[in-house]
Amino acid sequence: MGAYFSEIFLGLKSLAIGLGITFREFFKPVVTVPYPYKTLKMCERYRGHIELVENEEGTPKCIACGMCQRACPSGCISLASKSVAYEVEVKGEMKTKKKKVLTKYDLNFTTCSLCGQCIESCNFDAIVFSKEYNLASSRKEDFHFDLLNRLKERNS
Amino acid sequence: MSLTILNAIIAVVAAIAFAAVNAAYLVWAERRGAGRIQRRPGPNVNGPFGLLQPPADGIKLMAKQLVIPGGADKALFMVAPVLAMVPAIMSFVTIPFSENIVARSMNIGVLMIFSFASLGAMAILLAGWGSRNKYGVMASVRAVSQNISYEIPMLITVITIVMMTGSMDLEQLVAAQAGGIWNWNLIPSLSSPLMPVSFLIFFICSLAETNRAPFDLGEAESELVAGFHTEYGSMGFGLFFMAEYANIVIGASLITILFLGGWDCPLGLFPGVWWFLLKIYLLIFSFIWIRWTFPRTTIYGLLNLSWKILIPISLFNLLLTAGLLKVF
Repeated sequence: MGAYFSEIFLGLKSLAIGLGITFREFFKPVVTVPYPYKTLKMCERYRGHIELVENEEGTPKCIACGMCQRACPSGCISLASKSVAYEVEVKGEMKTKKKKVLTKYDLNFTTCSLCGQCIESCNFDAIVFSKEYNLASSRKEDFHFDLLNRLKERNS
Repeated sequence: MSLTILNAIIAVVAAIAFAAVNAAYLVWAERRGAGRIQRRPGPNVNGPFGLLQPPADGIKLMAKQLVIPGGADKALFMVAPVLAMVPAIMSFVTIPFSENIVARSMNIGVLMIFSFASLGAMAILLAGWGSRNKYGVMASVRAVSQNISYEIPMLITVITIVMMTGSMDLEQLVAAQAGGIWNWNLIPSLSSPLMPVSFLIFFICSLAETNRAPFDLGEAESELVAGFHTEYGSMGFGLFFMAEYANIVIGASLITILFLGGWDCPLGLFPGVWWFLLKIYLLIFSFIWIRWTFPRTTIYGLLNLSWKILIPISLFNLLLTAGLLKVF
């Protein structure tokens, strides 16, 4: 008989403790973020698709050496360049030199495995992982990124 | 003659309106409350504080097609949601909100409400049986056994109260408790020292009667899909949903009338409908609070609680009160 009543009493007590906990939680601030309206800052080491880095003049740091293209195991980077002549002063006299300028940098994100070999291989720190994660589409063409164009849009 | 018919129509329309508005906004309150308890905001996109969420849900439910599953008993399938809603609305007719606000005052109000409340189990049984779905049938069997076992302690507790007051009229039950908190049935008196216990028993039974968590075995999502309304979409589901919330309001009103002095103020000042509404919404908040605190019981735990604890204690309380009423 004593066990019967003590069981009821202990049961009621545990229920009251549970109610107390939820009552306290009721008045605490919310911890969720209403996603489309507010977003959290992405963490430092997040790997989105790659992105070109610009120099001080607003043009890509990339010298179009093609190391990233060769390093990519999935073959999803394709870039093109052209030679541009420019004048530079060497020991008091003007000389004409040539350099490569990036004209196309396409990333096929559908086959990219985000391994980061391209970034490892780049000697000029000209590409980084972006923090872009809002990627959703029903067409695969939407994942063929023109990174040069993205850089221009970012600057404009 | 025509005036009484008009009166009856107005009373029923008012009862339906009160039930519908309450059902709609209690869903909102439930979702907001659940959100707060789980540290998230709940529905807050449609309108200020998400207040336009219930109309949006209602329009969505009404716009959907009513699908009757193949092999279902068509008549029972269609009748069940209506049968769930009608008793809930009917019970509102006799509930006194204050001295003057009562649609139809009856001298057997308590009896009427409990007879309508037991029809709710019938609706669940028909819904599960009529939809020809094994989850539905299992859920109905559970819900019916639950309703039967919880109606017993509930009614024994009500008999105790009726014995003390000597009336089944809800208005007289409130009148007997008038004049402040010390007159309420909740407070133990010389003739009924176990009143807080019977309040607790009645509270637990009203939770079980409305099929709410932690006693929501009739719609145990994790094991029975959606329980007895698995096959219901559109407004069929909507009616079950509204009936659940209307039953919550009735349960809270009954607790208020039987134990908390109805429209009486705790200090005996300004009795009126506001006290009644304040009390029922506090009780409804505690219903929501309990739902989002406790996990679901097992069917054995549920039946054991009723047959081994609630019924013996309420019977003992009945005998004790009967004896003490003779003495004092």
